[in-house]
Amino acid sequence: MKCDFADSLLQGYFDGELSDRRAAEFERHLRHCALCATELVDLDLLRDRLQLAQLYESAPAALRRKIIAPLHAIAPTTAVSRSLVWHWLAAAAALLFVAILLWKVGHGVRGDDYQAELAGEIVDALVRSQQPGQMNVIASNDARVVEGWLDGRARFAVPVRDFTNNGFPLKGGRVDVIEGHAVAVLVYERNGHAINVFMWPTRERDSPSRTGSRQSFQWVDWRKGKMEFCAVSDGSPVELEQLRQLINSSA
Amino acid sequence: MNDFDAEDRLRFEQLVLPHIDAAFNLARWLLRRREDAEEVAQEALLRSYRFFRGFHGGDARAWLLQIVRNTCYTWLEKNRPMELSMEFNEELHLQTYATPETLAIADDDRKRLTLALETLPPRFREILVLRELEGCSYKEIAAITAIPIGTVMSSLSRARRQLHSALVNSSQGACP
Repeated sequence: MKCDFADSLLQGYFDGELSDRRAAEFERHLRHCALCATELVDLDLLRDRLQLAQLYESAPAALRRKIIAPLHAIAPTTAVSRSLVWHWLAAAAALLFVAILLWKVGHGVRGDDYQAELAGEIVDALVRSQQPGQMNVIASNDARVVEGWLDGRARFAVPVRDFTNNGFPLKGGRVDVIEGHAVAVLVYERNGHAINVFMWPTRERDSPSRTGSRQSFQWVDWRKGKMEFCAVSDGSPVELEQLRQLINSSA
Repeated sequence: MNDFDAEDRLRFEQLVLPHIDAAFNLARWLLRRREDAEEVAQEALLRSYRFFRGFHGGDARAWLLQIVRNTCYTWLEKNRPMELSMEFNEELHLQTYATPETLAIADDDRKRLTLALETLPPRFREILVLRELEGCSYKEIAAITAIPIGTVMSSLSRARRQLHSALVNSSQGACP
């Protein structure tokens, strides 16, 4: 048996996460509730036990070196060489580290898998955005209004175009964060389906499009003019491609 | 990469690198194996380096841990998808990872707690690790695990109860 408060206020009280007012409210309850009082003691015992066991596992030194070394290798250095041989060895090692890091970024991380993974996160963000109570949204079919709204929120200039004449009316926009990346999202409509176009600045070269699907969504990702785009929709891939071409020809 | 300038690099070193331990610890508990955790933590750090320009200040630890968590789940999806599809199923978990017997003969409480934590499904395990080992606030937990802040309390409650019952099972196993 447990008290109704066990799942909510009790946890927040135990973790010191309640406002003063809520904490006082819970303390009043605690005076009369033996169940909560007992549970509070249990929680305390469990926490002590976890602390005592020292379960935290620090990064092994080898991992730390693997992460830090490449950064240091390419950092500007004022180190004075102790011996010529040592100096050359260090330089060679540094070059190797840089080569490995570049290779990893170039092939491992920035590969097809990576792009698919990023698109996956974008689809997840889209699903999140469809939950009620979302802020940071503007609904307007006026490209200038949407652009002005995004201007104050995205940290880069967002090219906003309305394609009503081509059958893809602009419905609005929003800002979102993908892996810590601020992105702008434009929403278009086609045959009753919303198409979300995520975009953010990139320093990489233009790339042809890649497509894929996740959950019930199709996505197409491409880069053009120092912007990366990822359009997502639960409609047909053909429509996605049409919109992609419209955006590309206007970018 | 090439145009990642010295200033960015310095900021990365100052803001993100102090949290390598946190990154490894979360990966270790989500993946349960140190070797896998090393691989995935390294990959997550590389990704954070790549995405660093998108980080505009704020809580660097939460930002990094969010990337670590995503990288871990992607890795699990690819390598051990079963673990993600399983809801807490005491019997199944105990069979797979730890039986009351192995829990009971674990020679100290650290091992017993480790095994008990590892029987929990990842999303309960991670919330306990973030709260009890990493000392994250509810706000940070919500940001890292992408759950609404209002859900943190109830998830923690369930996770703590599950850990408690996993431990009770193990001590019952100790008594013949």
